[in-house]
Amino acid sequence: MFRPASLIVTLVFSLLSALPLHASETIAVKIGYVQWAPDQGPVLSNVLPEPEDAGLRGAELAINDNSTTGKFMGHTYTLTPKVAESEQAAVEAFEALQQQGVDLFVINAPASTLTAIMDKAATDTLVFNSGSPDDALRASKCNPNLLHTLPSYAMLTDALGQWLKMRRWSRVFLITGPTAADQAWASAFRRSAKRFGVKIMEDKPWTFDADLRRTASKELPLFTQANDYAAVVVADVRGDFGEYVPFNTWLPRPVVGTQGMSPEAWHRVVESWGAAQLQSRFYDLAGRDMTSEDYAAWAAVRSLGTAVTQLGKADPKSLRRFIFSDRFQLAAFKGRQLTYRLWNGQLRQPIPLVHPRGLVASAPIEGFIHPKTEMDTLGLDEPESACRING
Amino acid sequence: MKSLFRQTALAALVGLSAPALASLAYVSNEKDNTLSVIDTESQQVVDTIEVGARPRGILLSKDFTKLYICASDDDTVQVLDLATRKIVDTLPSGEDPEQFALHPNNKHLYIANEDDAIVTVVDVTTKEVLAQIDVGIEPEGMAVSPDGKWAVNTSETTSMLHWINTETFEIDKNIVIGQRPRHVEFSNDSKVAWASAEIGGTVHIIDVDNLEQIHEMSFKVPGVNQDRVQPVGIELTSDGKYAFVALGPSNHVAVVDAKTYEILDYLLVGSRVWQLDLNKDETQLYTTNGVSGDVSVIDVEALKVIKSIKVGRYPWGVVIDPNS
Repeated sequence: MFRPASLIVTLVFSLLSALPLHASETIAVKIGYVQWAPDQGPVLSNVLPEPEDAGLRGAELAINDNSTTGKFMGHTYTLTPKVAESEQAAVEAFEALQQQGVDLFVINAPASTLTAIMDKAATDTLVFNSGSPDDALRASKCNPNLLHTLPSYAMLTDALGQWLKMRRWSRVFLITGPTAADQAWASAFRRSAKRFGVKIMEDKPWTFDADLRRTASKELPLFTQANDYAAVVVADVRGDFGEYVPFNTWLPRPVVGTQGMSPEAWHRVVESWGAAQLQSRFYDLAGRDMTSEDYAAWAAVRSLGTAVTQLGKADPKSLRRFIFSDRFQLAAFKGRQLTYRLWNGQLRQPIPLVHPRGLVASAPIEGFIHPKTEMDTLGLDEPESACRING
Repeated sequence: MKSLFRQTALAALVGLSAPALASLAYVSNEKDNTLSVIDTESQQVVDTIEVGARPRGILLSKDFTKLYICASDDDTVQVLDLATRKIVDTLPSGEDPEQFALHPNNKHLYIANEDDAIVTVVDVTTKEVLAQIDVGIEPEGMAVSPDGKWAVNTSETTSMLHWINTETFEIDKNIVIGQRPRHVEFSNDSKVAWASAEIGGTVHIIDVDNLEQIHEMSFKVPGVNQDRVQPVGIELTSDGKYAFVALGPSNHVAVVDAKTYEILDYLLVGSRVWQLDLNKDETQLYTTNGVSGDVSVIDVEALKVIKSIKVGRYPWGVVIDPNS
């Protein structure tokens, strides 16, 4: 049943690409962007705060990229951004945009907000998740019209797990912070550790409430006292205490995880595969470095632009079908063509492992093999996910 | 004392042997800000020349007396005098020049300005900027047809070939090809253009008379995952027999029958093979291998890799001077 359909797609595509471009129809693509970031609460390490417009500026850059291509094709792209102050406001902003006829969205919000938004989505509305790394959204709570450009926690921790294994640093000390996100990151890491044969020697929750800027050197060595470990893994998603772990461990060991060396969707130090150009384009636009949230929003809007360029259509149903077809590939400065997983809508992608001023490695690490694509060694592979959003 | 001796010895070596040498290959080392000079006879690096920041595209003037160098991070095109191996001039290039192509008139240089989505046309004799043409995002590949009629630019993020009319400096046609187009190469008779799409993994053959795609090919390197097969540089033999396609991180060069488009072989070279050039009699093909920091030499008749030559860090472009 599948083969004839894809053949038709191919035929249509060849016909389209054979047409002279001035003959193509004018298409106006409207994309809604809704952002809501809950207050992280006070953190100890507040020296370098995260930018408040992380995500939004990435979407804006992708609109510019799409528009430059579009001007040769008669396609225009507009972004309607709504930065909400609460979950309810985010849902209302989404509904208002939908009523104005917008049916393509990028949502940068926590999992609960995203779920609330999907409950209000019309049948064909196509939504990209650029803000929530929540594993449940990819494992069981999938939605056929929800795609994910931000890597899941499982993808990030699998990247780290592969790297630890490759370095043969396979006995680690895990420190987990108190927030739900910290717990989710840590449980993703525990899964990765099991998967790649990394042994968690100590698994300790972070409970101290002192200001470590005064006492880190005294408290952390005691906290990390243990017989032996090759590395310390920190799960501190909001950046509360984690920045004070490196160089303060009992044993002289490297720190990895959410601090130290981290798996990230994107980071300033990524420069290969043309990434230097994307980085400088972003910097010119935003006056700051591109974050993972910016990258995820950029990838979402570029996915739509790429599909519209190739397909010559902008209705969500056609775009969705094309994005999941084997004609779709996203060029996204990670050295490989990126595609979406059929079962849960996650964008496959290499994960850079970075420290604040340099790239250490890029996962999938050579040697971790997969029958289909090595990128599926990162995150929830088909057998591990209950989702089948494409039947 | 020692270094003085070495310099003198090197100068003597270069000075003495230069006239008798076979042709020289020039390799731009993107992360060393140097050019490596290779004697293609002895297949050894005979000199290293300091140039501007982040040298990428390089090409020879039509009279083979000068080498033009895109010094990307210096936002300029440098002119190297080949006789003295000194930078003798710079050209206005627009921002972040990456690749360029020289019109057969030996005057009009078409420069892709990667950061600005512009192609700049400079007259190299007067240093006048003749035109700046808006193209897609991240213009990269540049080629001028041997008959001088077309300048073609590839824009990586827009995934298009922009066909610039060299008389009007205006785009006459845009052709969408695979994702991240990198390089265009014309056949000697200007009738066919070959364009590579790095992320698409494809090479597109364009009929120049009708400006239409007549063929699309993809590559399958045994034992290499498909998403590592990324076509970049293309080189065609002038007899119309072979096309060589550098396949990036698959570390192979594809040998293609240029008439039937049949893929004849895959040759293993260094890591992340980028650009290619043939020597004068087309018996040898040089490839730059970005990650392994070397140049592979392919024997064209035997279709075998015969040598790898260590150069600087991230070798990007290679040209072989047929006249040296």
